[in-house]
Amino acid sequence: MKIVVCINHVPDTETKVKVGTDGKTIDKAGVNYMLNPYDEFAIEAALQLKEKFGGETLVMSLGGDAHKETLRKALAMGIEKAILLKDDSIRDSYSIAKALAEEIRTLSADCILFGKQSIDYYNEEIPGLVAEFLGLPSVSVVVRININNGKVICEREIEGGHEVVETKIPLVMAAQKGLNEPRYPSLKGIMAAKTKPIEERQAATASSYVEVLTMHKPPPKQPGKIIGTDVNAVPELIRLLREEAKVL
Amino acid sequence: MMKFQGVDYYNIESLLSEEEILARSTIREFVDDNVIPIIEKHNRAGTYPMDLVPKMAELGLFGSTLPAKYGCAEMNNVAYGLVMQELERGDSGVRSFASVQSALVMYPIYTFGSEQQKDYWLPKLASGDKIGCFGLTEPDYGSNPAGMITHANEKGNCYVLNGAKMWITNGTLADVAVVWAKLNGVIHGFLVEKGRKGFSAPEMTGKHSLRASVTSELIFQDCEIPKENILPKTEGLKSPLMCLNQARYGIAWGAVGSAMACYDTALNYAKSRIQFGKPIASFQMIQEKLVYMVTEITKAQLLCLQIGRLKDRGKLKYQQVSMAKRNNVHHALEIARMAREILGANGILDEYPVMRHMANLESVKTYEGTHEMHTLIVGEDITGIPAYV
Ligand SMILES: Cc1cc2nc3c(=O)[nH]c(=O)nc-3n(C[C@H](O)[C@H](O)[C@H](O)COP(=O)(O)OP(=O)(O)OC[C@H]3O[C@@H](n4cnc5c(N)ncnc54)[C@H](O)[C@@H]3O)c2cc1C
Repeated sequence: MKIVVCINHVPDTETKVKVGTDGKTIDKAGVNYMLNPYDEFAIEAALQLKEKFGGETLVMSLGGDAHKETLRKALAMGIEKAILLKDDSIRDSYSIAKALAEEIRTLSADCILFGKQSIDYYNEEIPGLVAEFLGLPSVSVVVRININNGKVICEREIEGGHEVVETKIPLVMAAQKGLNEPRYPSLKGIMAAKTKPIEERQAATASSYVEVLTMHKPPPKQPGKIIGTDVNAVPELIRLLREEAKVL
Repeated sequence: MMKFQGVDYYNIESLLSEEEILARSTIREFVDDNVIPIIEKHNRAGTYPMDLVPKMAELGLFGSTLPAKYGCAEMNNVAYGLVMQELERGDSGVRSFASVQSALVMYPIYTFGSEQQKDYWLPKLASGDKIGCFGLTEPDYGSNPAGMITHANEKGNCYVLNGAKMWITNGTLADVAVVWAKLNGVIHGFLVEKGRKGFSAPEMTGKHSLRASVTSELIFQDCEIPKENILPKTEGLKSPLMCLNQARYGIAWGAVGSAMACYDTALNYAKSRIQFGKPIASFQMIQEKLVYMVTEITKAQLLCLQIGRLKDRGKLKYQQVSMAKRNNVHHALEIARMAREILGANGILDEYPVMRHMANLESVKTYEGTHEMHTLIVGEDITGIPAYV
């Protein structure tokens, strides 16, 4: 089985992001980056599929040189090969998906895995777009994968429950938390990753159709107010909820 | 709680390679997920978290600088040091477990052992299937191990061991003990497997420090071991001291981990604790403490990195390791004490890690050569005059 995992290099969840001086990109100074957390589930799923069915695994990321760090982590976890689709330009989801799809098309993969979303821009568009460009079935928010003779049964998370769907390979799947418990890269894996190749290719050009105009942070939270500590505070609390907060 | 972000005032990260950073980040995450949530419980109970052992082995934490053919990661010494730092940010006991297994058991077998001993023991110790301990200190010989009483006598195909060791980390847990004893008046290393007749390893109790670590006596009463259990390339006190030098190197890094945990806790606490209508971090005396902490951590990091690079080039002198162990543990302990002060009464609670680190560091300051012994080692090196006796 040939498995391709597309991964992203995103600001660390603990980073306090600031908007850059241009007002539409983030200020990258002092920002730590990491492997997109949902992509870890996709990598783990790929490794488990390989352990079960044999075959080969490959990770791919579109972006600048900094993405190599994240690709290296995937290699340290046990993925065999990496491709960096080099590109420093600003693209919308359509354009990124198009470039990924162009590359994946040449690989004749059976499974193409993504995290269900990148935790940076929250567009949640790329897995579906890639599937569409490649004319493949796509299953999102996957929490269980069962493949048998080319038949794929996936469990998906839906509002208030799970849904079981059937499709077949080749396909695109987008992993949700709960799919598995991603392994740590072992020290041996980290050493092995040093000698695994990261192939650099130019990302295919593609138009963008959505442009970011501005980016801004939500207004700062108002400080809390303590009205009183016993039952005497209730009337004033109700008045404020009614007149100030206007929630009653 | 905010995830630990590291302490890196001088952008020392820019001096690390990609794999050194990845090793550090991986163990940091492992410690956040697997050590910190359970360690206070074990510290209270005085037990080592044994379920960490297979996980640590899986990550490659045992003998990580040794060759791949024994199942080891073959990392450089800087990566190994960073791993020790991260483990000790969790707890000195967890770092001690990895230090003993790696530097005091696998290293001597690798360095002084026969091919058969290496082939048999190293893969099992790397995979955590077997646990080892290192017995040098005796009840009456601590800083002066040359005077040890434990001895071996030849008897046919065997050596017969008699004597007692004390303060032995992992002694009760160990499947194999690397025991130092005199044979015809010269110190040699011997491998003694658990269960040998005449060998027992009772656990020592009543510790206020390194509680999440097992410390034991090793008692040998006419304990017979086959002759092939001697580590053939050991000769004299130099051999165990070479092992200690490996372990001290890891301790120098480990102390930085404890110090980081204490500083991070104190800094966050100082920014959120309000007294006199302001965060206590806004008072000059608190800032002075925090500045001392971050400065000493930064200096300690630089010492570690440089001894690591020297070690990787085969240029490290043991006296340089002594300087780093002495300095870093001393300041880590001072940092832990200051952090305790900044936390006020909360500092004594096990809801915060500082008092545990402080208590642990008291052991760390003494074991692997006391602070004073390292002073004398560096003192001899710079003056040419030994001042031990
Ligand atoms: C938790 C723990 C785990 C340990 N694990 C191990 C282990 O796994 N294996 C092992 O072999 N040992 C182990 N040790 C023992 C440790 O290495 C010794 O405690 C240490 O070497 C000091 O010996 P001592 O306690 O006998 O102190 P002593 O040697 O009696 O020293 C007492 C004091 O006198 C000072 N002193 C001694 N001589 C001089 C001198 N010439 N000049 C100035 N000051 C001097 C010392 O610095 C110290 O302050 C462990 C100890 C602890 C606490």
